[in-house]
Amino acid sequence: MDIASLLIQVLNGVQYGLLLFLVASGLTLVFGVMGIINLAHGSFYMIGAYMAFTLSSLTGNLFLAIALGIVLSIVLGIALEWAFFARLYRRDHLEQVLLTYGLILVFEELRSLVAGNDVHGVAMPQALSGSISLTSVLSYPVYRLFMSGVCLALAGGLYLLIHRSRIGMMIRAGASNREMVQSLGIDIQLVYRVVFGVGVALAAFAGMIAAPVSSVYPGMGTQVLIICFVVVVIGGIGSVWGALAASLLVGLVDTFGRVLLPNAAGLSVYVVMAVVLLWRPEGLFRRAA
Amino acid sequence: MKKSPLHARRILGALVPIAALCLLVPASARAAGPKLKVGFMLPYTGTYAALGNAITNGFKLGVAERGGKLGGREVEYFTVDDESDPAKATENASKLIKRDQVDVLVGTVHSGVALAMAKVARDTNTLLIVPNAGAGDLTGPLCAPNIFRTSFTNWQSGYAMGKVAIEQKKKTAVTFTWKYAAGEEFVSGFQEAFEAGGGKVVKQLWVPFPQVEFQSYVTEMAALKPDLVYAFFAGGGAVKFVKDYAAAGLKTTIPLYGPGFLTEGTLEAQGESAQGLLTTLHYADGLDNAKDKAFRAAYEKAYKAEADVYAMQGYDAAQLLGAGLEAVKGDTAKRAQLVAAMEAAHIDSPRGAMTLSKAHNPVNDIYLRRVEGKRNKVIGVAVKALADPARGCKL
Repeated sequence: MDIASLLIQVLNGVQYGLLLFLVASGLTLVFGVMGIINLAHGSFYMIGAYMAFTLSSLTGNLFLAIALGIVLSIVLGIALEWAFFARLYRRDHLEQVLLTYGLILVFEELRSLVAGNDVHGVAMPQALSGSISLTSVLSYPVYRLFMSGVCLALAGGLYLLIHRSRIGMMIRAGASNREMVQSLGIDIQLVYRVVFGVGVALAAFAGMIAAPVSSVYPGMGTQVLIICFVVVVIGGIGSVWGALAASLLVGLVDTFGRVLLPNAAGLSVYVVMAVVLLWRPEGLFRRAA
Repeated sequence: MKKSPLHARRILGALVPIAALCLLVPASARAAGPKLKVGFMLPYTGTYAALGNAITNGFKLGVAERGGKLGGREVEYFTVDDESDPAKATENASKLIKRDQVDVLVGTVHSGVALAMAKVARDTNTLLIVPNAGAGDLTGPLCAPNIFRTSFTNWQSGYAMGKVAIEQKKKTAVTFTWKYAAGEEFVSGFQEAFEAGGGKVVKQLWVPFPQVEFQSYVTEMAALKPDLVYAFFAGGGAVKFVKDYAAAGLKTTIPLYGPGFLTEGTLEAQGESAQGLLTTLHYADGLDNAKDKAFRAAYEKAYKAEADVYAMQGYDAAQLLGAGLEAVKGDTAKRAQLVAAMEAAHIDSPRGAMTLSKAHNPVNDIYLRRVEGKRNKVIGVAVKALADPARGCKL
């Protein structure tokens, strides 16, 4: 592999990792703060992608569609928290898995009824549809670079929100000790509801922003869910930094695994997960609880 | 003894109508009596639902064109949704065979399910017509006198494209597909023809099924700079790969070839990125034959939808079964003659002339198609009357 290909593959890995981070950060927040294993998280990614498809064909503008989609997904998240997830906090993981697995089936069926089973494409915004040529044959789509930029900005925003803001303090405190926070007069129920809404919105946003390059198809949520659980487990449950580091690690390992070990392409990520778990069973960035 | 002639005549007189009845009744009962039971085991939910419905519609259109009868018998349909789930396949096939006692089993789309159906069909000696699944094994090691196919094998399409690449004087190729049976069959067909003609597959790239993260492979293709890339994906994977390939700027420098399924039913979503791609399949848009035009018009009229390759394969399943049943006047008990008639049938298919190989797989032209707008336009015949080698079949 020459140096140009190597650098491009690094770019591919980082780019893929950043997109994974967007989905995994919501998952790790909900998991770490609320203690809920949410198998339906991948469905929110799928819902986002389908919203991008539907809303952008209605409005004719992807960014407008994304803005609308974020509002809708926060509303969806809050409604789901109120209707289902609020009942799960004190229950064990098996029951959470049952409910959220059920939600996957419901969302898939609804998707089938509302949007059908066809594969759809979402048009890229005109301004970002160009490519930058990297080598004599290969060029890189501007939109992918734009996606990576947005993901980085969001990672920064999340850091500020959680580590530098008042609500972030409440979230962190709620994750450590629910009862204590409640007795200090903070409405933990409300905090959870907001966190869940944000988590859903992050996944849906990832689906929306990725829709032009990933296309929109049935079952897309399940694929992303599995790899995101790997990210969360490697990064340490509940840690946003961990999710970022693990996403980049998974993105790079996956990319180079495909190039260097084509026959074990699917395996490389899981080998890394096993090694990390042996070395640090709590994940890379697990908060000392 | 005087009366004896009269007596004998009386007895004879009584016997004649009885004998006549004996001769006539069963025959007429066979011809018009019990309905022919056709069991559809196809996907009616899930990703392949549209394909299952198209096949069903095509088959029913074929029967309707024969006055609602095959071999003089009215047709009664039984349906089971196979959900494209191989785990439920044996049970579903048994339901149709044991509970509904169908005379013919028709299905299915998913190769894994079809392989399980073939096993049940062999065990129960039920007539099976496969209207889509392209697994080579169905008319290879698993072939049987009672198993027929009206679609294709993956190998056929791959092989035809290998021939095309050689004719275009291409020397090197990279293949790229999901690491699973269908992908391997397309690639091996392509490689067989391409390397026999002096070309070389410089690298085979595989991605685990059903992953769709292609960026690193696209980068590698650009580094390898072959004369062409031969790729197979379907559905969401096909849309994403074709778009990624075009976005990376490779489409203009390294032509992308594939089996028809790379651009079948996905052109709406692939849009600009698929324009001009070359694919091979046993069917195409814009075929210049009267049968296809009539078929498409009739299908559109009956179902208010455009006919596609799947509808055509269902239609031909009805045509093939009809040809067999006409030869035995609808008497499915005459299995040997029925099978012989189906084997010998010359089907006037919308795809063009179709006969069957010894292994009961279609022998037909494989077309070279180019994407133009939202159509896979025929631009020539890649290989005339191509038969699958049916390796491992002992028929």
